[in-house]
Amino acid sequence: MEITLALAIGVLTASGLWLLFRPRTFQVILGLALLSYAVNLFILASGRLRSDAPPLIGKAGADPAAFADPLPQALVLTAIVISFATTALLLVVLLASRGLTGTDHVDGEDGEA
Amino acid sequence: MMFLKQHLIIVPIILPLIVTAAMLSINERQRMLKRSISLITAALLVITAIGLLWFASMASNSGPLVYRLGDWPSPFGIVLVADRLSTMLLLLTSILGFTSLLYASARWDRSGPRFHALFLLLLMGLNGAFLTGDIFNLFVFFEVLLAASYGLILHGSGKEKTSASLHYITINIAASLLFLIGVALLYSVAGTLNMADLAVQVKNTAPEDLAVLEAGAAILGAAFLVKAAIWPLCFWLPRTYAAAAPPVAAIFAVMTKVGIYIILRLSFLLFGQGSGGAAGFATDWLMYAGLATMAFGTIGIFSARQLSRVAGNYVLVSSGILLSSIGIGGESLTSAMLFYLVSSTLAVSALYLIIEPVQRNADEEDRIEGIAEPVFDDEYVGLAKYEEEEDEVGVVIPGTIALLGGGFIFCALLLAGLPPLSGFIAKFAIIDALFSHVVIAPPHWTMIGLIILSGLATMIVMTRAGIELLWTPADDSPAALSPIEVTPIALLLSVCLVLMIAGGPVMDYMEATTAALYNPADYITAAGPAPDITPEPLLTPLPEAAVMPVGVELP
Repeated sequence: MEITLALAIGVLTASGLWLLFRPRTFQVILGLALLSYAVNLFILASGRLRSDAPPLIGKAGADPAAFADPLPQALVLTAIVISFATTALLLVVLLASRGLTGTDHVDGEDGEA
Repeated sequence: MMFLKQHLIIVPIILPLIVTAAMLSINERQRMLKRSISLITAALLVITAIGLLWFASMASNSGPLVYRLGDWPSPFGIVLVADRLSTMLLLLTSILGFTSLLYASARWDRSGPRFHALFLLLLMGLNGAFLTGDIFNLFVFFEVLLAASYGLILHGSGKEKTSASLHYITINIAASLLFLIGVALLYSVAGTLNMADLAVQVKNTAPEDLAVLEAGAAILGAAFLVKAAIWPLCFWLPRTYAAAAPPVAAIFAVMTKVGIYIILRLSFLLFGQGSGGAAGFATDWLMYAGLATMAFGTIGIFSARQLSRVAGNYVLVSSGILLSSIGIGGESLTSAMLFYLVSSTLAVSALYLIIEPVQRNADEEDRIEGIAEPVFDDEYVGLAKYEEEEDEVGVVIPGTIALLGGGFIFCALLLAGLPPLSGFIAKFAIIDALFSHVVIAPPHWTMIGLIILSGLATMIVMTRAGIELLWTPADDSPAALSPIEVTPIALLLSVCLVLMIAGGPVMDYMEATTAALYNPADYITAAGPAPDITPEPLLTPLPEAAVMPVGVELP
């Protein structure tokens, strides 16, 4: 499972970074979205990977070692909400920039054209 | 009195939040009502900050004030901590908040919707970031203040603002992702997010885990350094701040200081003298990067063609001075640095406010620059025009130019660090602290040289601009200057005067703050876990943590 997760994070980060450095605003936004997926998976991994271990203890007296760490999951939840909101905001700015400058280049003007 | 003292810490966060929420329901047309509400809130925040500062400095023997949210025990719940350093920055923020809001109510708040709500939300985020003792909660407050700042940058709209904010938002989202990676790495080693508890865990880190810990801290640091605008992560700053409306830029002057505050706080907590293998981590990096930032900012000041760019580059210089001071370290340097932090932030904020009235006389075109065509027609309820309202005082003061010129010279002296103002005291204290080192190494000499050179650059550029904008005889009578615009500038400059006159007591306060920073034991015992719940040194997930409900860390 470790290798699958590591590969997923690696591929997402690499593609996210590549898109982030592209000159079109839409690519940049997609890049940020991919990067945030990678980061969310990474946070999840920081609580150690466990399968078949629920993050919540039902009864008192149960052995805590049989359960997954719930904190990273709560962090991921928060991170997802926040990155979703900021991405939505960035989309609005993208549209405004497209409308004002007439191009979707990140600098507001096409270098070669 | 006890109740007040106990719950006062939460006020700087909860008050702007409630007022913001309430203000969203008020129609955009009721501008005077909104203005009064937000000004009263800002004034209350100043009073709260003064109260907290008083409590924090009185309670020096019993450690900082700690507020446990929901009364959860320390490593599990979120704590708010008000010590000397955070309350000082709280007061600085609320002063800037009040003056910027006052200035904005002259007319800038009319150029777009929901200015006051966004502004108060920004204040809430800043206050929260200064007060929180939990590293993930810090992330949440960072996002709150950033989200509000995105809205404020865009306030007034226009091509330049939109384009600058596109870069600003992208860079900050990327920095926030770095922040999260850093937090995850720290958590995976230390198993805690409470800053005081982190300090304990870092001390007990096994040597083989030190690399992961340091990588986490470095990535986390990179996120804060983007905010603090260190070279080479600073290219976004001058343009963004120049594009923002003046009152917005004036409050943004304190935003770089959030990054510096966190670096200061964490480097003393996690990598202070008593932190075992990781002690003194990255201090050389901070020093050299700070020096490079100073050099870059100085060159930027010389090459700037607009005053707002000069101010932006000056922000870089001051970040550089602060960061390399943190890097070099030493108690006297740290307290001098804190004095400089307060003085330079006030001065830059005043400069951002005074730039626009000064340029208003020189260039008619510049006046329109701030307010451009609306993007969303339906969003605008107010008039985005320059016509003075009847009830507003817009008389031509005969001494307009004299007043502006006086304020401008005042700003220039403060920024350049010439005697007798507080800028001089701050820079003198820094240089004096550098000379008091036993061995004055080449970086120290470089820093002294750069401090003097950047002061000279500021003086030259400000003189040039002053001659051009204020001395050149104008064809027509000077443009109207509203008293609402003069008052906040005068307020900021008089705070600087107070800093100068009360230099001794203020410096004593800074020295006490530094002493507390160098000896974080009080902070750790007050904000950290109670002695009976000592989590084991970990590489396995905290078993205790599993009892917590999932939603606890949610904002």
